[in-house]
Amino acid sequence: MENQPRLAVPRAFDANHPPDAQMIDTCVHCGFCLATCPSYRVLGTEMDSPRGRIYLMDALNEGEISLSQATAGHFDSCLGCLACVSTCPSGVQYDQLIAATRPQVERNVERSVPDRLLRALIFNLLPYPRRLRPLLLALIPYQKLGVQKLVRKSGLLQKFAPRLAAMESILPAVPASAFAAPMPERVAAQGKQRFRVGMITGCVQRLFFDRVNRATLRVLTAIGCEVVIPRSQGCCAALPQHQGQSAQARQMARDLIDSFADSNVDYLIINAAGCGHTLKEYGHILADDPVYRERAAAFAAKVRDVQEFLYWAKILVPLQPIADGPLAVVYQDACHLLHGQRISLQPRQLLAQIPGVQVREPVDAALCCGSAGVYNILQPEIGEELGRQKVENLLATGAVLIASANPGCTLQIRKHLELTGQAVPVRHPMELIDAAIRGVKVADLPAS
Amino acid sequence: MPTLAKRNWRAIAQQMEQIVGKSGVVWTPEELLVFECDGLASYKQRPALAVLPRTTEEASRVLALCYREGLPFVARGSGTGLSGGALPVEGCVLVVTARMNRILAIDLDNHQVVVQPGVINNWVTQAVSGAGFYYAPDPSSQSICSIGGNVAENSGGVHCLKYGVTTNHVLGLKLVLPDGEIVDVGGPVPESPGYDLAGVFVGSEGTLGIAAEITLRLLRSAESIRVLLADFATVEAAGSAVTAIIAAGIVPGGMEIMDNLSINAVEDVVATECYPRDAGAILLVEVDGLAVEVEATSTQVEALCREAGARAVRSATDPAERLKLWKGRKAAFAAMGRRAPNYYVQDGVIPRTKLQCVLQQIELLSKKHGYPVANVFHAGDGNLHPLILYDGRIAGELEKVEILGGEILKLCVAVGGSISGEHGIGAEKRCYMSDMFTPADLETMQWVRAVFDPKGLANPTKLFPTPRTCGEAARAESEARFAAVERF
Repeated sequence: MENQPRLAVPRAFDANHPPDAQMIDTCVHCGFCLATCPSYRVLGTEMDSPRGRIYLMDALNEGEISLSQATAGHFDSCLGCLACVSTCPSGVQYDQLIAATRPQVERNVERSVPDRLLRALIFNLLPYPRRLRPLLLALIPYQKLGVQKLVRKSGLLQKFAPRLAAMESILPAVPASAFAAPMPERVAAQGKQRFRVGMITGCVQRLFFDRVNRATLRVLTAIGCEVVIPRSQGCCAALPQHQGQSAQARQMARDLIDSFADSNVDYLIINAAGCGHTLKEYGHILADDPVYRERAAAFAAKVRDVQEFLYWAKILVPLQPIADGPLAVVYQDACHLLHGQRISLQPRQLLAQIPGVQVREPVDAALCCGSAGVYNILQPEIGEELGRQKVENLLATGAVLIASANPGCTLQIRKHLELTGQAVPVRHPMELIDAAIRGVKVADLPAS
Repeated sequence: MPTLAKRNWRAIAQQMEQIVGKSGVVWTPEELLVFECDGLASYKQRPALAVLPRTTEEASRVLALCYREGLPFVARGSGTGLSGGALPVEGCVLVVTARMNRILAIDLDNHQVVVQPGVINNWVTQAVSGAGFYYAPDPSSQSICSIGGNVAENSGGVHCLKYGVTTNHVLGLKLVLPDGEIVDVGGPVPESPGYDLAGVFVGSEGTLGIAAEITLRLLRSAESIRVLLADFATVEAAGSAVTAIIAAGIVPGGMEIMDNLSINAVEDVVATECYPRDAGAILLVEVDGLAVEVEATSTQVEALCREAGARAVRSATDPAERLKLWKGRKAAFAAMGRRAPNYYVQDGVIPRTKLQCVLQQIELLSKKHGYPVANVFHAGDGNLHPLILYDGRIAGELEKVEILGGEILKLCVAVGGSISGEHGIGAEKRCYMSDMFTPADLETMQWVRAVFDPKGLANPTKLFPTPRTCGEAARAESEARFAAVERF
C-alpha cells in the first residue's frame, strides 16, 4: 500500500502522474466504447462507461469536480477489460488513462473500513502463494465436512457480507496438487532443442491450476523447448497493478525480473492472460525506476502468451483426436488476451488443429465474463450479472466444452455453470493440446 | 410556474427513486456532469436529474411526475446523436432509456420484432440473423446507437439508398405522451386507416414524447452480397461514377464516397490497408440480391467505375472481407480525433446531380475560412457529411467553424437540398429551419407539437428556432399564436 496520508476531504488528482490531458483530448465523445463496456452493459449509466469516465477524468484534471467517493465509485466500477481500447475508432489509450487514475483513487479517496479491510486481505494474501497455501489447509475441512454447503445454503454470508460471499462463492475445491512438490527448475526439451524458455507459474494458477502448469510444461518440452522454472518466482504484479497499488506492483515486478536474471532464456512464457498483459507492461510499470527501467523493458520484450508462442513456433508433433467423434468447443476470450494483448485468432487456430475439434463462436465474445481479477469480489452485483450472461452465451453455441485461458475467467464460468446446473467442463487450451499430443481423450482427463 | 432556482430537486429525486429505484436516479452534480452533452460535445448543459426507467410503466410514471411538477424533460438513448438532440435543457429531467434494453418479442413469421427504446440498433440484427433476417437501417454508429434514438432522429445509414430510413421500418409505437399517458400508434398491420401518427412521431426528435415499445419490420437477408471498392484520382471522377450507376437503373444497397483526407485519417487509426492513401476518393458500392443478379450487377458496376476513371476496383463477398472494406467508412467520423482535437460534422442533402458543383463550393469555403474539410458521404442519395477540423481549445474557433458549417448548409438549401439528412436538427441546426421552411410551414409543425405536448415540456427549445436560441430567426408572430407554450 502507498504510504500517503488519508484525507477526509475529497480533493482532485495529485501531481503524481494524473491521467494525461492530451490523451484525454483524443476522445471525440462518439460513444462507440459504450457498446463493449461490461459495466455500462449492466448499469446503463454514462458514468460507468469509458466515455463517462474519461469525461470525469477531464473534469478532475480541470478542477471542475472533486474526487468524491461517488466519483471514485465509477472508476472502481471499471473492470479493466480494455474492450473499449479495441473498440475506440479514435485510438484513445484508455488503458493508460485508467491505470493512471487508479493509484490516484488509492491515494486520495477515503475508503470505508470494511472496504479497506477486504482490500488489505486481498492484496496481502492472494498474490503470495506462500501465505495462501497454509490457509488452504484450513479450507479443506470447511469444504469436505459440509460447512461450505451449509454456509451457501443459509445465505447468511450473502446477506451480511455480500463481498465475502462473492469471494467464498468462487472458491474452487482445494486440489491436492496445491501441496504437491514444486515443478523442477529445469526440464530438457524432447528431441531436438529449438528454444530455451522461462516459464512463469503465476500465483493463483500455481495453487489452484497446477494441472494447467504441468500441461503447459509438457507441451513446451514436446515441441522442443528447454524450460527454466525458477523457484524463487512470486506473483507477476497483475493483481496489485490492476487495482492501482503501484508500490506493491513495482516491488513484485522487480522481484520477478530478479528471479529470471541469470536464466538466459529466449522467451518468457505465461499461460494466464491477466499475468501476460501485466508482464508485457513491465517497461511501463518500472519506467520511473532508474535501476530497473532497461531490464524491465528487456524482460517485457521476451514475454509471450503460451498460445501466441505455440502458434508462432508451430506444434511440429502430431495431434491425436481428444474425443470419439467431433467435439464442439467454445473458446472464451479472456479480456487480457483479446483486448490487452490482441490475441484472438491464435488460440482458436490452435484448438482447430486438434483433429475433430469444431470451434464455436459465442454472441458477445468480446464482452467480459465479470471475473476481471478480483472484480467479482469487489463489485459482486456487476460481476454476477456478467457471469450469468457469459455462461448463457457460451452454452447457446451448443458446445460441450469451454476453453478458457485465464484462471479468473475459469473460476467465474465454473461458478455460473454450477448455478445453472450445467455439467460442461472448462479446460485451459493447454490441457487440450497436451491431451492431443499424448493421445489422451478429454473424457479421461482427471477432473479439474 | 416556479422558477428553476426554487425547485426542491432533492424531493423530486426522492419521488423519482420511488418509481425507478435508488440506482435509477442520478442527482449528484459531479455524476450529472457526464450527461451534459451527447455526441455533439460542443454544446453543454448539465441536467438537474437523470432518471433511468426500465419499463413502459416506469417511464409513464416518470413523465407523469414531470407533467405534474411542470418539469421539462429530455430523452436520451446512448447519447451518440450528432445534432444535440439529447442535449439537456436547463433545469430538466434527463430520461435515459439505456436500461430499457430488452427485445420484447420476435415474430419471424410476420417479419417483426418489438423492442424497448434502449435496445442497440445492431442487437436487432444479431437476434434474428441466425434465422436469416436483418434490420435494414444502419447508421455508422449502429454498434451503439439505440433504436429509440433512431426513431427520434429518423436515422438513415449506408443502406437507406435502397431500403429507406427508419420511418420505413417502424410499424407501430407504444408512446408515453408528455402527460404520462400511454397510447398505441400504428400497429403490426402494414396499412392502417386514420392518421399516420407513427409517421408523425418518427423524426420528431423527442418533442412529442417517448417511444417506449417499438415494432420494427425485419427483412430477409439477401442471398448474396458483394462490396466493390473503387479508387479514383479525384472526387469528381468518383461522383461521375455514382451518376453513371444510377443512370444505368441500378439501385445498389449502398454507395459511399470518402475523400483523400478521410481516407488517410481512417488508415491512420483503423489501418485496414484497403483504402489507397494516394487516392483522391474511394467509392464503396454494395450490391445485394439473388446471386445471379449480384453477379451481373457487379460486373456492370465495375465497368461503369472503370469508364469513369477508376484506377483499381476490388471486391469482396466473404462476410469478414466485406466487413473489412466497410470498417474504415464506419469509423470515419471518430478517426478524425487523431487529425485534429475537434471536428464539426455537417449533415446536408443535395440533389445527386449537384454533387460535383457542391463539392467544389465546399472546397472554396474551406479555403476561404481556413479550416480543412474532410468529406464522407452517402453518395447515392446525396447526403453529405463534411467534417470540419478545428481546435476547440482555442477560444472563438467553434463559433467560426459554425459559421462555415452554416454556409455549407445554406449552399445545400440553395441548390434545392436540405439541412439534414439523418442526424436531425436538434439544438445545432434549429436556427437554419427558417432557411428551409416558410413561417406557415413552421407554424403547422408547431400546431402538431402543441397537440401532443400542450405544456411544451418535451425536449423544449429543440428542432424549431426560438427567440432565445436564434434571435431574429425565430419569428415573433408565431409566438403570439402559441401563448400557452413555454418559451426558453
